[in-house]
Amino acid sequence: MKKIMRNVVGAVGIDLRLLGMIGALVLLWIVFDLSTGGRFMTPRNLFNLSVQTASVAVMSTGMVFVIVTRHIDLSVGALLGFIGMVMGTLQLNILPEYLGFGHWSIWMITAVAGLLLGTIIGAFQGWIIGYLTVPAFIVTLGGLLVWRGAAWWVTQGQTVAPLDSTFRMLGGGVEGTLGAQLSWLVGMVATIAAVVTMVLARRRKSSHGFKVKPLWAEYAQGGIVTLFILGYVVIMNAYPLPKGAAKRYAEAEGIEYPADGLFISHGIAIPVIILLVVAIVMTVVAQKTRFGRYVFATGGNPDAAELSGINTRMLTVKVFALMGALTAIAAVIASARLGAVGNDLGVLDELRVIAAAVIGGTALSGGIGTIYGAIIGAVIMQSLQSGMAMVGVDAPLQSIVVGVVLVLAVFIDIVYRRRAGV
Amino acid sequence: MNKQTPLIEMKNIELAFGGVKAVNDVSVDLYPGEVVGVLGHNGAGKSTLIKVLSGAYKADAGEIFVNGEKATINNPRDARAYNIETIYQTLALADNLDAASNLFLGREIVNKFGMVDDDAMEAETRKIMQRLNPNFTNFKSPVSALSGGQRQSVAITRAVYFNARILIMDEPTAALGPQETAMVAELINQLKAEGIGIFLISHDIHDVMELCDRISVMKNGKLVGTENVADVTDDEILSMIILGKKPTKSN
Ligand SMILES: Nc1ncnc2c1ncn2[C@@H]1O[C@H](COP(=O)(O)OP(=O)(O)OP(=O)(O)O)[C@@H](O)[C@H]1O
Ligand SMILES: [Mg+2]
Repeated sequence: MKKIMRNVVGAVGIDLRLLGMIGALVLLWIVFDLSTGGRFMTPRNLFNLSVQTASVAVMSTGMVFVIVTRHIDLSVGALLGFIGMVMGTLQLNILPEYLGFGHWSIWMITAVAGLLLGTIIGAFQGWIIGYLTVPAFIVTLGGLLVWRGAAWWVTQGQTVAPLDSTFRMLGGGVEGTLGAQLSWLVGMVATIAAVVTMVLARRRKSSHGFKVKPLWAEYAQGGIVTLFILGYVVIMNAYPLPKGAAKRYAEAEGIEYPADGLFISHGIAIPVIILLVVAIVMTVVAQKTRFGRYVFATGGNPDAAELSGINTRMLTVKVFALMGALTAIAAVIASARLGAVGNDLGVLDELRVIAAAVIGGTALSGGIGTIYGAIIGAVIMQSLQSGMAMVGVDAPLQSIVVGVVLVLAVFIDIVYRRRAGV
Repeated sequence: MNKQTPLIEMKNIELAFGGVKAVNDVSVDLYPGEVVGVLGHNGAGKSTLIKVLSGAYKADAGEIFVNGEKATINNPRDARAYNIETIYQTLALADNLDAASNLFLGREIVNKFGMVDDDAMEAETRKIMQRLNPNFTNFKSPVSALSGGQRQSVAITRAVYFNARILIMDEPTAALGPQETAMVAELINQLKAEGIGIFLISHDIHDVMELCDRISVMKNGKLVGTENVADVTDDEILSMIILGKKPTKSN
C-alpha cells in the first residue's frame, strides 16, 4: 500500500510537502466550519479570507528570497506603515493641490511613488547588509524602529483618511472586485495558461529525450488545477453585493431595482488579482531567471556562489530592493482596504510574513523555499486567525495557538526533511 | 618547451592572513601543454597560492602574467575571463542545486527570452558526464544527496566544460575511487595534449610522478624549489617537502 502510494506520488511529481500543507489547510477549514456551524466555508468568508491574506502573502513571496539567501527582514511591517503614510499624505494633502481633488491620475502617481520609495529603502538596507556587512537582523531591526518612527513624523501621528476612491478599489472593497463576467474571463485565461504551460514543458522535455510523467498523471494534475481555479471563481461569484451596493450598481447600469433584491456577484477581488500576478512573476523569477538561480545558489553555499563569479553583495542589494518593492505593493493593498492610514498600519506584519514563509517550507538555514509554499503559509496563518476569531477564541489564546502552530510546523518540516533526505 | 611564452607567470606573490604569511614571495610558472605539480605539507600555502590565481584572494604583493601580459585578477569573474578554471579543494558546489545547475552556475544557458533553460543544461550535462564519468546517473537530486566522488565529478566537469586554457586542480582525486582516479589521470593527459596548462595540487607522490612535467614544492609559505620530474627521484621530492631541502645534483 505504502509502496503504491509512493509510486503514485512519484509519478505525479508533486512534492509531499505541498500535499501536506494543503491537507493541513483543508483540515483547518473543516474544523472551523464544523465548530462555527457552517459559517466558515461560505462564499462570504472565503472572499474575506482571500482579501485579508493578500497583503501578507505578497510580502511573504519576497521574504522567501530574503530567507533563502540566509538573511531576514524585520522591517517590513514598519516599512509598510511608513510607505502607507507617505502615499496617504501624497494623495490627500499634496497631489490635489496641483491636480485638483479626485483627479484620475492620483491613484497611479501614488502607487508608483510608493513603489519607488519601497525599492529605494529596500536597496539601501540591502547595501548596508551586502557592502558594509552589518547583519541583516540588526539592519532591519534598526529599520523597524526607524520606519515606524518615520511614519509617525509624516503626519505627527494623525490618521490619514479618506483615501482616493479609485485607489481604494485596489483594496478589494465592494467596488474593488471584478464582477461575475470578468472573473470568469480571468479564470478561463488562467486555466488555459496553466494547461498550455504544462503541455509546452512536457514537449520540451521529450524533445530532449528525458523521461516524462505518465499521461494520466498530467491529466490528473491539469484537472486539479482547472478545478481549483474555476472552483474559486464559482465561489467568489456566489457572494452577492450587499443591498446598498447592489442598488447603486443598478442605478449606474440603469436597471430597475427589483423589490425582492438583485443578485450581483462580487467576483474575484482586485488584491487577489494583484497577489496572483505577484505570485506568477515571483515564481518565474525564482525558477527561470539567472537572478533567481543565484539567489538559491548563494543561499545553498555563499562561497561557492562567489567563486562561480556571482556578485553576492549586489545580489543582496537586489533581494532587499525586491522585498521593499513588494512591501510597497502590500502597503497599497493594506491601506486601500482600510480606506485610511493609521499609525498602527502594518504593526507585527513582519512576524506574520516571516511565519508565512517559514510555515510554507522556507528553511532559515538558507537555500530552500518556494513561492507557492509561502502563499499557502500565509493562507494558513490568516485562516487560523479568522477562524479562531469566528469561533470566539480570545485574543490572548489566539496568539498562543499561532505561536505553537509556528513552532510545530517547522518541527514537522525538519522531521520531513530528515526522512526525505533533502 | 621553455622557449614559448608561459601561459601563466606568478611573480613574487605574497599573501598574509593577519600575522600568518600563508604565501611568502613565491614565483611559479606554467607552459602550454604542461602539468605543474604544486606540492607541500598541510598548511604549506598551496591552496592559498592558487586561489590568488583563481581570483578568490587578492595578493598583498606580486604580479601575474597571462600569455606574457600583465593581468589584473580581482575576483573569480576576472579569472574566468582569462579562461582560468578551478577545481577547488572544497569543491565549491551549491549543495541545494542539482548537477546541471552547478555545472552552469554563473554561466547559465538562456533561451531567446533570457530565461534559464534547465532542460538544455541537463542535456549538456548528460552529454559531458557520459564522456567523463559514465557511472554518473543522478541528474535530478541536489548535489548534497551525492557521494563525495560524484560531487567531485561535478566539480571536475564544471572546470572542463568551458574550454579552459589554464586549469587549476586542488586535490581533484581526493575522494575518488581507483577507477575514477584513473579516469581523471586520463583526462589530464588528454587536456595536456590539447595544449592546456594544468596546476595540479596533490599529496600522492605516485600521481605526481606519473602526471606532472615539473613540480614546485612549498614549505611554510615559501617556495622550496621547482624541478623537472624527470631529473629527481621520489625520495628527493619527499625531502624537499618534509625537510625543505633542494636536491643537490640540480645546480
Ligand atoms: N581564510 C583563511 N584565514 C586565515 N588563515 C588561513 C586562511 N586560509 C588559509 N589560512 C592559513 O594559511 C596557511 C596556508 O593554508 P593553505 O590552505 O594554503 O594550505 P595548503 O597548502 O593548501 O594545505 P592542505 O594540504 O592542507 O590543503 C595555513 O597556515 C592556514 O592556516
Ligand atoms: Mg589546500
